[in-house]
Amino acid sequence: MSELSELYQQVILDHNKKPRNFQKLEGANRVSEGFNPLCGDQLTVYMLMDEGVVRDLSFVGTGCAISKAAASMMTQAVKGKTREEAQTLFNEFHRMVLGELDEEAEPNHLGRLKIFAGVRDYPARVKCASLPWHTMHAALEGEEAATTENLGPDIAHAAVSE
Amino acid sequence: MIATEKIFEGRGGAGWDVARVREDFPVLAQSVNGKSLVYLDNAASAQVPRIVIERGSKYLREEHSNIHRGVHYLSQRATSAYEGAREKVKRFINARESRECIFVRGVTEGVNLVMHGYGRKFVSAGDEIIVSEMEHHSNLVPWQMLCEEKGARLRVIPMNDAGELLLDEFDALLNERTKLVCVGHVSNSLGTINPVKEITARAHKLGVPVLIDGAQGAPHLKVDVQDLDCDFYAISGHKMFAPTGSGVLYGKAELLEKMNPFLGGGSMIRTVTFERSTYAAIPDKFEAGTPAIASAIGLGAAIDYLNSLDREAAHAHEQELLRYATEKLSAVEGVRIIGTAREKASVLAFVINEIHPHDVGTILDQEGVAIRAGHHCAQPVMQHFGVPATARASFAFYNTKEEVDRLIAAVQKVIEVFA
Repeated sequence: MSELSELYQQVILDHNKKPRNFQKLEGANRVSEGFNPLCGDQLTVYMLMDEGVVRDLSFVGTGCAISKAAASMMTQAVKGKTREEAQTLFNEFHRMVLGELDEEAEPNHLGRLKIFAGVRDYPARVKCASLPWHTMHAALEGEEAATTENLGPDIAHAAVSE
Repeated sequence: MIATEKIFEGRGGAGWDVARVREDFPVLAQSVNGKSLVYLDNAASAQVPRIVIERGSKYLREEHSNIHRGVHYLSQRATSAYEGAREKVKRFINARESRECIFVRGVTEGVNLVMHGYGRKFVSAGDEIIVSEMEHHSNLVPWQMLCEEKGARLRVIPMNDAGELLLDEFDALLNERTKLVCVGHVSNSLGTINPVKEITARAHKLGVPVLIDGAQGAPHLKVDVQDLDCDFYAISGHKMFAPTGSGVLYGKAELLEKMNPFLGGGSMIRTVTFERSTYAAIPDKFEAGTPAIASAIGLGAAIDYLNSLDREAAHAHEQELLRYATEKLSAVEGVRIIGTAREKASVLAFVINEIHPHDVGTILDQEGVAIRAGHHCAQPVMQHFGVPATARASFAFYNTKEEVDRLIAAVQKVIEVFA
C-alpha cells in the first residue's frame, strides 16, 4: 500500500481546487455523459472534433478530488491530439490505473498523468480516476454530430465496468 | 408536530464495561494500515460476536443437513435448531406466534415479499402507497415498481431540515385510497428515530396497514411489534450482529394468510399436480427452497447474545457516544452535520467544506477509521440536503470515546490534506 501522499499529491489537489477546462464548450460537436451510480459521480465531457483532431475539450460535473483532477488533466492531455493519439492515451491510462502497465518500465505517452499511478493501490477509487477517461472515450467513439448549428450534438453515455 | 416515543424504560449506562464487551468481537482486535482498527460502519453491517461465530461453526461441524424433509437424525437436529431460532426471533420482537416470523435474506427481501404477496394482490389502479422522504431505497424502489405496474400513486411524507418527518403532512396524505404505509423505524442516512407507533395508530384509524423497515431499528431499539401494532416489520440480521443472509419479515398472521406466496418452489407447497398446486401454511408458504440455515441459526445466537447484555446500558452507551461525537465534530471548523433530529440513534452523517465524502473515506481509512461514504442508498435524502453524498460514522455499543477521538483526529487530517 502506498502512502496517502502518493494518492493526494499536490498536483491532484491543485486540479481539484482549480479544475482546468471546467466549463461547457460552446460549439462542441461531441458530448458524452459519465455516471457512476455507486458514488453518484457525474460528469459531462464536451469535445470539438475536427478532421480527426480533438481541437477543444472541456468538462463539467461533480465528483471527488480524484475524479475531478483526473478529468481536468485528461482535458489538458487530450486537447490537440489526433483520434489515434487520444485512443492510445486512453488505453495507457486505463492499463496504468488497473496495474497492468508499469509506467516506469514500459514505453508510454503518459507524462504528467503518471501521478495517477498510485490509485491502483486503492481498488475502490480506480473508477474515480477512470470515469473521465471512459467518458472522453465515448465522445471520441461517438458519431459525428450534424453540422447544422440548431441540431444539438449527439450524447454518448460512458459505462464504467472494470 | 413531531411525536416522540420511549426507547427503553428507565436509564442505564453507568455499568457498561465496553472493554469487556469488545473482547466478544474478535474482528475488532486487528490493525489496518498500521493502526488499530476503528470500526464505525455499523449501520452498514455490524460485527459478529464469538458466540455467533461458534454457533455457526458448530452447526456446520455437527448438525448440517437440510431441514423439514429428512427423517434422519441430522435433519431433525438442523430443523430443531432452525425452528429454535425462529422461536428466539418471536420472543425478541414479541410476536404473538412464531409462524408470524418469516426468515428472509434481509429487509430488502422482506419488503419485496410484501410488495409481491400483498401489494400485487391488493393494490390496484388509483390506489396510493405512502412512504417517507428518508426511506432507504429498499423501502422505496419496490413500491415504485408496484405503482408503475398497477397505475397506483406513490405519496411521500416530507421531512424538515433537521430530518424529522412532518406528521401533519402525513395526516393530509392519508385517505380512503391509501393501501399501505411504508416507513423506516430509524433512518440509516440521518439517524432519525421515527415515531412509528404514532404513525401506525394514525394509519390504522383509516384501516391502512403499516410496514416498518426495522433494519436500523432492531440493532438499537427495543422492538415490540404488538406494542407498535404494526402489520409488517422487517429486520436484517447482519445489522444486528448476525451473519449476512439472515433476516426476518414479521407479519400479522391474518395478513400473511391472505397474501399470495412470494417465491414458488420446494417447501412452500402442500400438493402439486400439473393442473394446480396448493400452498403450505405460514411461515412455510413464504420460505421456498432451502433457506440460509446456518445464518438463521446465527441470528438466533445473536439474539441470545443481545439478551445476555444489559440493553438499557448498551443503549445509553451508544447515546453517550453519539452526544460526544456530535459535540466534538460540530466544533471542527468546516464540518456540517446532516441529520439533527431530536430523537436519534447513534448514526452521525456529515460533510466537510467542499471535500467529497469519498476523499474523506479514503483518508480516514488510511488512519484506520472505517466509515461509510456515499449516498447511503437514500438519494432523495441527499437531494433534500443539497449534497451529492455524505460521510457517515455509525456507532455500536462496542465503540469507545477513544475511537471517537481517533475519528476527530482523522477528520482534522482530511482538512490538513485539503487545506
